[in-house]
Amino acid sequence: MKIVLQNLTKIFPSRNKKSNEEVIAVNNFNFEIPDGKLIGLLGPSGCGKSTTLYMISGLQKPSSGKIFFGNDDVTELSTENRGIGLVFQNYALYPHLTVKQNILFPLQNLKGKDKLDKDTMLKRAYEAAKLVQIEQLLDRKPSELSGGQQQRVAIARALVKMPRVLLLDEPLSNLDARLRLQTREEIRRIQKETGITTVFVTHDQEEAMSISDMIVVMKTGLVQQIGKPQDVYDDPANLFVAKFLGTPPINVFNGRVKNGTLYIGSDAVMNIQPVPDQEVIIGIRPEGFVLSENGALKCKPVNVEVMGRDVSIVSTHDASANPFVRSIINADNKVDVTTDFVRYDIKPHKIFIFNKETEERIYFEVK
Amino acid sequence: MVESKQQWKAWLYLAPAIVLLLVFTVWPIINTVAMAFMEDYSGLANIGGEASFRFGIGNFTKVAQNAEFQQALTNTILLCLITVPVSTVLALLIAVALNAIKPLQKALQTIFFLPYVTNSIAIGMVFAAMFNVIGSVGTRRPLISSYGIVNDIIRFFGGNWVNWINSGSDYWANMFVLIVYIVWNALPFKILILLGGLTSINKQYYEAAKVDSTPRWRVLTKITVPLLSPMLAYVVITGFIGGFKEYTSIVGIFGESMGPVHDAHRLNTMVGLIYDSLASNNQGRASAAALILFGIILVVTLINLWVSKKRVHY
Amino acid sequence: MSQNTMQVMHARDMQKTSGRQKISKALSLAGVYLFLLIMAAIVLFPFYWMIISSLKSLAEYRLSPPTFWPTQVLISNYADAFTTASLGVLFKNTMIVGVVSTLLSLVITIFTAFAFARLEFKGKELLFAALLATMMIPGELFTITNFATVTNLGWRNTYTVLIVPFLVSVFYIYLLRQNFLQIPNELYLAAKVDGTSDMKYLWKVMVPLALPTLISITILKMMGAWNSYIWPRLVANDEAHRLITNGLRNAFTDTTGDVNYPVQMAAVALVSAPLFLVFVFLRKYIMSGVSRSGIKG
Repeated sequence: MKIVLQNLTKIFPSRNKKSNEEVIAVNNFNFEIPDGKLIGLLGPSGCGKSTTLYMISGLQKPSSGKIFFGNDDVTELSTENRGIGLVFQNYALYPHLTVKQNILFPLQNLKGKDKLDKDTMLKRAYEAAKLVQIEQLLDRKPSELSGGQQQRVAIARALVKMPRVLLLDEPLSNLDARLRLQTREEIRRIQKETGITTVFVTHDQEEAMSISDMIVVMKTGLVQQIGKPQDVYDDPANLFVAKFLGTPPINVFNGRVKNGTLYIGSDAVMNIQPVPDQEVIIGIRPEGFVLSENGALKCKPVNVEVMGRDVSIVSTHDASANPFVRSIINADNKVDVTTDFVRYDIKPHKIFIFNKETEERIYFEVK
Repeated sequence: MVESKQQWKAWLYLAPAIVLLLVFTVWPIINTVAMAFMEDYSGLANIGGEASFRFGIGNFTKVAQNAEFQQALTNTILLCLITVPVSTVLALLIAVALNAIKPLQKALQTIFFLPYVTNSIAIGMVFAAMFNVIGSVGTRRPLISSYGIVNDIIRFFGGNWVNWINSGSDYWANMFVLIVYIVWNALPFKILILLGGLTSINKQYYEAAKVDSTPRWRVLTKITVPLLSPMLAYVVITGFIGGFKEYTSIVGIFGESMGPVHDAHRLNTMVGLIYDSLASNNQGRASAAALILFGIILVVTLINLWVSKKRVHY
Repeated sequence: MSQNTMQVMHARDMQKTSGRQKISKALSLAGVYLFLLIMAAIVLFPFYWMIISSLKSLAEYRLSPPTFWPTQVLISNYADAFTTASLGVLFKNTMIVGVVSTLLSLVITIFTAFAFARLEFKGKELLFAALLATMMIPGELFTITNFATVTNLGWRNTYTVLIVPFLVSVFYIYLLRQNFLQIPNELYLAAKVDGTSDMKYLWKVMVPLALPTLISITILKMMGAWNSYIWPRLVANDEAHRLITNGLRNAFTDTTGDVNYPVQMAAVALVSAPLFLVFVFLRKYIMSGVSRSGIKG
């Protein structure tokens, strides 16, 4: 089932009655989510990603715009009639019901021609439990389960009514680091097995990149970029996206373009075209640095952090927007921190330049 | 569309409560206030009391000048002023002591709560039995067959027996019995609240006090009481409110005569007076008395809140 | 003096004081226990006296000095008490009023608390504040007009008059609403996603989750019926509808003088027994309900 979001907008009236400031939580969102894919809505808190999810679920009504499931306009349809499954951040399992009763709960609500007999309901519940591998926990209460197990029960409860669309709100944020890795692969597996179009919300870029077919990066209600995780990482549309994706984060410098040469401070790092002379913001991915005796970028080394396969060189540069410049290079390179300077060459596909005012990407070619 | 549907649904859920509240709570507030200012009026249609009445503060002046009212007011205030401090201090001591022990704590806690789950009329009868003297008390040469258990205990320790509640008994002897009973009855709630407050005080304060080798009484007055002050304020306020509505304890011990045989009604309280006026179809006077009671409770509560605002440490 | 001996001296001092401290600590703990046990004895004494008196013969009761355990246990006092006060009818009346008013009151409280906790409507906050404000007003003020209202409605001497005027308790509504508000909003949204109606959500999720509070309310309400005295005496003091507390007071009008106390105490014990049973089995709920209320049942 593909999902189409058309000019989707959500405006919250101001909470404070005196100031008439409205909050535009989601601003004119257009997107066609392809059938059977796993989509990550990504952004810092308050960016509108959860509101978007809740609008798809029907729990919140859009202020304007339309939502289609396949060719059906579901904008005015109430939640229970949309055929969605929703997994909440804190799982929202009914604490007084057993795992089995929790999974059965949505099926018992079905009415009319959808009504199921007891055996079918039980069979469906077992299938859902088996899919998320909790068959042995069916008679427990939620309080007797670990966080990861509760998460699986919540997914099973969402899947048991065979939804057209599965929605997950921050599915991993309540889990510890080890479980998070395990559970995100689990989600990926379940999604692949069922083939249900799935949308999930997260503020963790690593999480989004690792399992999504496509990610949507949002900021203050506006979509910044949509694409495959690797494409977005390699080709960010603006400074925000470049900064938001990647650990360690991208290094940001103030620089300028003069006569086709890109300067970081006084270091002329690259000849580029066709960019007119101007002040620019420069972003370099940590893995974009190459140690080189005649390298153009001169940084003052502070410390070397050993990371095993790689080392991370922490250094300073006058034009850096951050206190430190962090590069990641192969551990085979021997680095002497006591020297005055380390010199780098920059990999051309790992450096991005942005307009100083709009922070939009400026595209260039290396001469 | 959805919003408006929610609206009428909400009112549907609220309807039973609202109808009942309108009839039995809102209307009485309006009507009682109105009746208090209507002279010679009875709210009972079947007695024809609505025929003629005038507006005025006659009910209030009549009530205020009434000797029975003055007696009832005095009784109520005396009972409040004595039982509230006594029961609060006693409850505080018991709660602190309970909080200091481990073995037997749960069992004792249960025992101290026991008086709460009693019928105050029924247990009042037990207290009456304990203080009652059997024999010709009140005559010039009393012939006593049984002094009652309380007098027996006093006599065992070499004291003189007292005519507590029988005919010819002294006003203050009656009051003493009432105070003992009311305090006994008031302890459980206060202990429960204060003990709840004590257990939620951070143990670190006491450890800090121990490190500074603070003496016990100083810990009690300088640490426990200030930290417990919100709870203390609460039990004092509810104690006063309850105290001003005292009635059934007296009925329990003295019966509906509200006093010893030779001087019935001398122990009547504000609430008792209101019901007496009601039973004699004097709605106006009952309303006026009820408003005066409300006023007193309001003032006492406000004073308490004002004092505790200055004194309570959060 | 060498530093070494000083340390030894110091250690010995410490030992001495700690020994003294131990003794004073033990003494003060003994004092605490003594105080508590004496107070407990005083608290329990009326119950003890009630029970042993109810088992004595009248002659033994009149003995001075008294006996502290009946020489001859007389169970027949209880039978006498039961017939004298016609406790059977009183029990029946009280149970009818107690059960019906508790059930109706629970339903009304649940609906009202649900509306205030979960539903959106205009003037919600204002209405709730107004409701809470009525808790300040002493009940006597309502009773005066309600007495006239029920009289004019012709409800005197019926079960209705004992049940209907007290069905709505603002305090119980408040208690339950607070409990409902603690249930996370996500549960409600999850139920909406699953197509659960408000009514089904209320009964299948909220009510089970608020069960401890509902049990507390039930017990307090039942105890209220059991202990109510003033209102029943005012409006339904006829044989057919009289409640237990009233019946007890009516059957034994004399409290002082040469009364048949053993029978009277047996009646008191019979009236108190159900309360104690409830207390023994449901102490937890009573205490938690009371500590939040301060209202005597």
